[in-house]
Amino acid sequence: MNDITNTPRTTPRASATFDEYTLSEIRRAAATGIYDIRGAGAKRKVPHFDDLLFLGASISRYPLEGYREKCSTEVLLGTRFAKKPIALKIPITIAGMSFGSLSANAKEALGRGASAMGTSTTTGDGGMTNEERGHSTQLVYQYLPSRYGMNPDDLKRCDAIEVVVGQGAKPGGGGMLLGQKITERVAKMRTLPVGIDQRSACRHPDWTGPDDLEIKIEELREITDWEKPIYVKVGAARPYYDTALAVKSGADVVVVDGMQGGTAATQEVFIENVGIPTLAAVRQAVKALQDLGMHRKVQLIVSGGIRNGADVAKALALGADAVAIGTAALVALGDNDPHYAAEYEALGTKAGAYDDWHEGRDPAGITTQDPALMARLDPVAAGRRLANYLAVLTLECQTIARACGKSHVHNLEPEDLVALTIEAAAMANVPLAGTDWIPGRGGNF
Amino acid sequence: MNLSLRSSSVLDGTTHVDLATSTVRELNGALHALKPDTNETLWKIANPRGLHAIAAGLDLPVSVEIDGPVGYYCGGMNKQARIIIEGTAGVGVAENMMSGLVHVKGDASQAAGATGNGGLLIIDGNASARCGISMKGIDIVVKGSVGHLSAFMGQAGTLTVLGDAGEALGDSLYEAKLFVRGTVAGLGADCVEKEMRDEHKALLASKLEAAGILGEVDISEFRRYGSSRTLYHFHVDNVSSY
Repeated sequence: MNDITNTPRTTPRASATFDEYTLSEIRRAAATGIYDIRGAGAKRKVPHFDDLLFLGASISRYPLEGYREKCSTEVLLGTRFAKKPIALKIPITIAGMSFGSLSANAKEALGRGASAMGTSTTTGDGGMTNEERGHSTQLVYQYLPSRYGMNPDDLKRCDAIEVVVGQGAKPGGGGMLLGQKITERVAKMRTLPVGIDQRSACRHPDWTGPDDLEIKIEELREITDWEKPIYVKVGAARPYYDTALAVKSGADVVVVDGMQGGTAATQEVFIENVGIPTLAAVRQAVKALQDLGMHRKVQLIVSGGIRNGADVAKALALGADAVAIGTAALVALGDNDPHYAAEYEALGTKAGAYDDWHEGRDPAGITTQDPALMARLDPVAAGRRLANYLAVLTLECQTIARACGKSHVHNLEPEDLVALTIEAAAMANVPLAGTDWIPGRGGNF
Repeated sequence: MNLSLRSSSVLDGTTHVDLATSTVRELNGALHALKPDTNETLWKIANPRGLHAIAAGLDLPVSVEIDGPVGYYCGGMNKQARIIIEGTAGVGVAENMMSGLVHVKGDASQAAGATGNGGLLIIDGNASARCGISMKGIDIVVKGSVGHLSAFMGQAGTLTVLGDAGEALGDSLYEAKLFVRGTVAGLGADCVEKEMRDEHKALLASKLEAAGILGEVDISEFRRYGSSRTLYHFHVDNVSSY
C-alpha cells in the first residue's frame, strides 16, 4: 500500500478557462440572479496602441529640434458645413460624460481643465447644466436616444452637437443610471421620478437608419441656422460602413469609440464582448473617409483607451484628426486614487480597480451625487490636474511628432509606424516591425 | 417683406411664402430672425410639398399656416409658435416641442410628438406608430387612432386618443397619462388600465377643451392607462418583462 502522506503531490492547478474572476462571477450570478453592472470600458487585454511603434527619423528623414522648432497642435472641427467650426488648441477633447453619472464638481473640473488647455468638453445623457456651460469655453452638446434634458435653448448655446448613435463600451445599448444617482436635481433634468433605475433607450425615437439620420441632421442644422458643427458618434463595430454612412448623412465630424471606451454603467458582458478595439477601428474609419474623398474634410475623432501622448500620436498617425478621453480624464481628476485606498477596500475593491460607478459611492467624489462625497473634489484643483495632464499628453505627442520630423501633429502618417504583433499589423494596416509585411494587404479594408 | 426670402409677400399683415420658389432654409432663417416685437405674426406657407424641417426651431408667438403636406420634423422643438398644417405630416412632427401648438389637419406619420416637453399637438386624423414616444410633458390629442408602441417610455404629459390604440401601448411607461376612447390592441410592459377618477376626468376635459372638442365626445367613454411602476427598479423577478 502506498503511503499517501509521502506521495509527491502536484501543485494545485487553476483552470485557464475557469479562472479566479470567472469563478467569482459564477458565484455572484448564482447568488443574485442578475447580471453584473459596472462602469468603465473593456478590461480584457486587446490589441492596442501599445502594439505599435514609431520609427522616428534616420538618414532618410530628419527630425525637428525638440525645444526650438515648432510643432503645431491646433485642430479645426466642423469645416464641412458648419458656419462656426470649433478651433481647438490641442487634438485632445473630453468625451461625453453626463451630469448625473458624474458629480457637478467633476463636470466643473472637466470644464476648467479643458478650457485652460483650449479644448472642448462634452455633455452626456441628461442634458446641459449651467455650471458646465459656464466653465467650458467650448462645449459639445450630445443628442442622445433618451433626449433627456434636450431643449432648443441649450442647442443654440452649445458650440457643437454630437448625435450619439452608440458608444464603444456598448454599441447597440442604451444608457443606464441607477436609482442611487437619480437625485432630485438629476431627476428633474431628465423628467424622471426620483430614485428610479433609469434605463435609456438604445435607439433614437424619431429616426432609423442613414436616410432618416440625414433628415434629422438637416433638422438640427435648421434649428441652429447651420452654425454648429454636427458630430456623429458611433461605437466601434462596423467602423468602415458606419463612418461612410455618417458622412453620407451629412456629419461634419465622425467620432469612433473603441471597446476600451468607458461608460457610466452597463452590463459587464456587454462591455467585454460587444464591439471592437480602438486600434481595429481607426484605419477602417480613415479608409472610409479616404474612399469617399472626405479625409480631413470630415474630421475623425477617435476614443477608447487613450492614456498618453504616444496613444494620441498613434491615433493621429493612423489618420484621426483628434482624440477624446474619458476614463483617463477622470483618473486625472482623482478617480481611483490610492489616497482613498482604505475606502475602496471597504467597498470590496481596490484603488485602480474600482468600477462600480453606478452605485454612487465613489470615495473620490467624481462618479457620485452624494453631497458629502462630492465635496471632497475641489473643482479648481482637479481642473488644474486635468490641465496638467492634457499638457503632458500634448507635449508627449509633440515629442514623437518632432522625432518623426513633423511640424504639425497631423503630419504624422501610417508610414511612421510599425507593429509589434501580427494582429496589430493587420488591424492598423502597418508593417510588422523589421519587415515590410502588412498582413491582409490586398483585402477590402 | 422679409429680405432673406427670395419669394415672399405681405398682404393684409400676412406674410406669404411660396416654398416652390423659396427654400426651407430661407423660410426658417426668416422666422428665426424675427424680433420679439415683430408685427409679422401670421405666416402662410404655400407648396410645402413634403419638405422636411419646415418651421423647426421657432421661438416666438407667431402663427404659421402651412397649406399642404409636410415632411419630417415639421415644428421640431417648437417654442411658443402656433403651427397649423393643412395636410399630412411626416415622421416626428412637433418632435421635442417645448410649448405652443402644432395642429395637423390630416394624418401624422411615426413618432408624432416624440420626446415633447410641452405644448399641445393636435392630430385630426390618425397617428402612426410610436406616437408620443419618450414624451416628457407634451399634451397630444389624436382624433383618430394611434399605431403600435405609442407613448413608449412616456415620461410625462398626456396622450388622448379618440379612436383606437395599436399593440404595446405605453410600453415601459413612466408617468405619462394615457386616455383612449376606443379599443387597445395590447398594453406594453408595465402599462396597466387605471381607475378613471374625477381628477382624471377633469384632466381629460381640460385637454379636450384645449383641442377645441370639449362637449363633442363623451368623457365617460374613455379609459385611462398608466404605469404600474413595477419596472422602476431592477429586480430579478421582473426579468421576464424585459
